[in-house]
Amino acid sequence: MLRDQDRIFTNLYGLQDWRLAGARARGDWDRTAAIMARGPDAIVEEMKASGLRGRGGAGFPTGMKWSFMPKQEGDRPHYLVVNADESEPGTCKDRDIMRHDPHKLIEGCLLASFAMRAHACYIYIRGEFFDEARRLQAAIDEAYEAGLIGRDACGSGWRFDLFLHRGAGAYICGEETALLESLEGKKGMPRLKPPFPAAVGLYGCPTTVNNVESIAVAPTILRRGAAWFSALGRPKNAGPKVFCISGHVEKPCNVEEELGIPLRELIERYAGGVRGGWDNLLGVIPGGASVPVIPKSICDTVLMDFDSLRDVKSGLGTAAVIVMDRSTDIIRAIARLSRFYKHESCGQCTPCREGTGWMMRVMDRMVEGRAEPEEIDTLEQVTRQVEGHTICALGDAAAWPIQGLIRHFRPVMEERIAHYKAGRTPRPMPLAAE
Amino acid sequence: MTDMHPADRGAAAEPASFAFDAESEAQIAALVAKYPPGRQASAVIGALYVAQGQMRRATGSAWLPRVAMDAVARRLSMPPIRVYEAATFYLMFNTRPIGRFHLQVCTTTPCWLRGSDAVVAACRAATGIGGWGETSEDGMFTMTEVECLGACVNAPVIQVNDDFYEDLDAEHTERLIAALRRGEPPAPGSMIGRQTSAPVGGPTTLTTLTPGTPGAAE
Repeated sequence: MLRDQDRIFTNLYGLQDWRLAGARARGDWDRTAAIMARGPDAIVEEMKASGLRGRGGAGFPTGMKWSFMPKQEGDRPHYLVVNADESEPGTCKDRDIMRHDPHKLIEGCLLASFAMRAHACYIYIRGEFFDEARRLQAAIDEAYEAGLIGRDACGSGWRFDLFLHRGAGAYICGEETALLESLEGKKGMPRLKPPFPAAVGLYGCPTTVNNVESIAVAPTILRRGAAWFSALGRPKNAGPKVFCISGHVEKPCNVEEELGIPLRELIERYAGGVRGGWDNLLGVIPGGASVPVIPKSICDTVLMDFDSLRDVKSGLGTAAVIVMDRSTDIIRAIARLSRFYKHESCGQCTPCREGTGWMMRVMDRMVEGRAEPEEIDTLEQVTRQVEGHTICALGDAAAWPIQGLIRHFRPVMEERIAHYKAGRTPRPMPLAAE
Repeated sequence: MTDMHPADRGAAAEPASFAFDAESEAQIAALVAKYPPGRQASAVIGALYVAQGQMRRATGSAWLPRVAMDAVARRLSMPPIRVYEAATFYLMFNTRPIGRFHLQVCTTTPCWLRGSDAVVAACRAATGIGGWGETSEDGMFTMTEVECLGACVNAPVIQVNDDFYEDLDAEHTERLIAALRRGEPPAPGSMIGRQTSAPVGGPTTLTTLTPGTPGAAE
């Protein structure tokens, strides 16, 4: 169990002052200039050594991502862009960081930008987070007034400007290149890669996009050292992480724990357990809506980290744990996610634009059982035709929940179909497009 | 026109002209200053919020008539079509008039698991609204189904205009709507008195650090 003194977000629940004075009392902005004096390359190396993997869902090593930026500033300025478009169903951790520990994020923006030789950083916050944006802006204003950022950030001689940019309700803008398009004033439609943002990003300039949590943990890593961070968690899955536990638990909550904590311990120790007891568990979506559901038999023993969850064909994603007890209509729960992806597809790529709608309509029939048993295979095949055939990962994200459902709950789907047939005359499988 | 349903008043309500007032002009100037010279299109989302906010101040309904989008296009030197694209791509812009209180009800799986169906039913019963996107007869409420609002450990959630109301059930939803109708919006946040995202009953972590302890300083 993670000790309180090893937790990074010591004001996770907002019980203390979020302002600069409170943040300083918690250790933020402590000798920041001394960290910068180590130089950009040393900071990147320390981040690499910490083993931090990106906290936005993909789990790509953060230090390595930073190292992809050009080593010298050329004609084009460098940018850091922070992805605060938190919209993955189940996920609400960045919200707590921005409203309760905004200075950790702001200090992280300075250090990360300095390490990547960027003089400007934009934080792209989802539009719905109105109060969070207001508070974060107030904290940014405080940091400017105190000289922590601005013309001579922390007295380091480094010029650094930080801007908050509000989105306006589009899940797709959490995809890094869609976010950049949106930041440039366009519709949030993902760009083809390559070129990657580190070469051609915001306004055509070298850009790195990082999740809020990835950036907000950086100052603590640099202060306490890579060895401290990498000693927490499990090999290649280092550090503490904010988990969001929602759904059918007694006490839903956010909590910071070490990566690699057993799922069962996470739920029982912090969220009051599954409603009706562990044996009442049906399944868990362990990393936000886009990762495949896992049934109770896997939940019994699985560890909550990137590699352990990948090994059971799911994923840590954003560490948003959605718990479903045995009262859940699992087909309906996943069908609702299919509706989500249909709604949020930007429409740019045909397999996603058409596929998400098709999958949603078939899933809606599966909820009723108004289908033929062999249509389950057809549905599975269609998810494979969407997956990997689109510019961005939204197509994959729409496919995976359905694949998880079929992998683990196929008998439930077949039973639903049989039940429907028992009450009605069979209907031929529709041949035309759904 | 008085017998027209509020939701159908889009074209009828389209004002003949729109000009930014002084408050809006100041807001837009601050927005444009965030971006490099020549990149003022980056301010389009912000400027649309400003226009929508001015409509709320002026008419009580936060929406974007076409003439307001045109004003944004002129102000940011953008082709109008680029502004229309943004206004219709992003869900938070209303291209039709809406009620004074915009009930944005989350029904995505985490909220659904915690009872968003009952919250939706309570919204319908308390406002008389039949379906999504409709506005109540008195023009007070518009009910919109929204996707995940990002407050899932406090589900179910409704966003009313800018504010989140969390940990709802049918009864709390009815009380919330009654309070809005009286013009007395309750303080946003948990409706059952929870400390933000901490578990019911209080935090089980961060209990050994006295307030002000530099947990990260060793």
